[in-house]
Amino acid sequence: MSDSKENIIICRCNDVTQKEIEELIDAGITDIEEIKRLLRVGMGPCQGRTCIPLVIGIIARKTGRKPEDIPVPATRIPTRPVPMGVLAGDCDEE
Amino acid sequence: MKSEAKTVIIGGGIIGLSIAYNLAKLGAEDVVVLEKSYLGNGSTFRCGTGIRQQFGDEANIRMMKRSVELWKGMKEELGYDVEFKQSGYLFLLYDEEELESFKANVRLQNRFGIPSRIISPDEAKMIVPPLNTEGVIAAAWNHTDGKANPFRAVFAYANAAKKLGVEIYEYTEARDIKVEDGKIRAVLTNRGEIKTGRVINAANAWAPLINKMAGIPVEIPIHPYKHQGIKTEPIKPGQIEPMVISFKHGGVYLTQEANQGGVIGGYELKYGPTYDITPTYEFLRGVSYRFTQLIPALKYVNVIRIWGGFYAETPDHNAAIGRINEVDEFYIAAGFSGHGFMLAPAVGEAVAELIMDGKTDKPLDFYDPYRFERGELRQQAIQMG
Repeated sequence: MSDSKENIIICRCNDVTQKEIEELIDAGITDIEEIKRLLRVGMGPCQGRTCIPLVIGIIARKTGRKPEDIPVPATRIPTRPVPMGVLAGDCDEE
Repeated sequence: MKSEAKTVIIGGGIIGLSIAYNLAKLGAEDVVVLEKSYLGNGSTFRCGTGIRQQFGDEANIRMMKRSVELWKGMKEELGYDVEFKQSGYLFLLYDEEELESFKANVRLQNRFGIPSRIISPDEAKMIVPPLNTEGVIAAAWNHTDGKANPFRAVFAYANAAKKLGVEIYEYTEARDIKVEDGKIRAVLTNRGEIKTGRVINAANAWAPLINKMAGIPVEIPIHPYKHQGIKTEPIKPGQIEPMVISFKHGGVYLTQEANQGGVIGGYELKYGPTYDITPTYEFLRGVSYRFTQLIPALKYVNVIRIWGGFYAETPDHNAAIGRINEVDEFYIAAGFSGHGFMLAPAVGEAVAELIMDGKTDKPLDFYDPYRFERGELRQQAIQMG
């Protein structure tokens, strides 16, 4: 392969590659909240547990910012995927 | 950052960006958009993705008809795929009273060329195979309604606006507006001052704060309510194509995202007025219960997240759009009550026409910001979620 970054999957839930993330940063979109929403990185079933630290690393390297200065996107409940039936059964209605 | 601009738009959501793009398209120069956080963060990125023409009043029907025309051509016009899909809206009806009211809506929609119709529960089941039609006596269906990707739509407008010379400043918060003798002089931000003679308040949930900065003496009641959305893991594509709505189940709405494949939606549970958008367990349980009532097979599907966002509500659930006479060149387009995303293309066009041409053929009178003070509330817009 000519460009190995095409083959490096950063977000394995939504198949986002290192190349796609770097291209977006090169296009001027460097905010993690915007990268997340445009590429859906971190929005799959793992909710970013695997990929967000990697994305922060890429942004830091490409923009010269410190990783600790890049805010981590909000963590959403539930903490891990839960079947809807379990949650519905817990409902007080009817 | 520029120190001077002809027009300053406050709010980098889809409304502000659509107005910016349309102004530049009509030849306006020197337009600046201020966003206090990142683009879309207020309400646009938190919305339920739906785009519908099935309203119960003429103005919203006409505005949405124009919006859908623009949504259809957006990929071509803005040069970026916003994943617009006309997958329809299906309102489930459970009693005669509901049916009569939707029949009247359909008649009105048909008059304006919207091809909505009343269908049987069997037809509804054909459109959405896993649907539970128990108790459903009919449904209101319009196949030209649809959905789009809010994230892509925001960037489509932002990029197209930039190409026409609009400057967009993120993390730039309007802190005050200088007004002298009824004329706007400048907007003060956390990054300095921008001299300007025109401000457009597109801050939706925060619009009252902007009105206050400019000393707008008109009572425009817009209150931020927390609503929430839910998203499941992807399921086999094409099972829940339209937006499915049931008012009998607490204003629940749900659809399967066209490209991601997960089910997304919400219901009427709301908190506020508040600027807190922390998600709640009460919502997670309530929405799961309602989704599984409508689509029982969702019991086996995993929830991956819930999130909060605002409905910037007015008393009649219609936005305040127009010119404010007491402060020269101050405009407002805010208080969309959950309908800003779908309305944005037509609103941007109408507001830009109003500013550039002094008039528009779109029914902006309906959204008159003075109607609250005059006690002329409109018929409540059909709202769900």
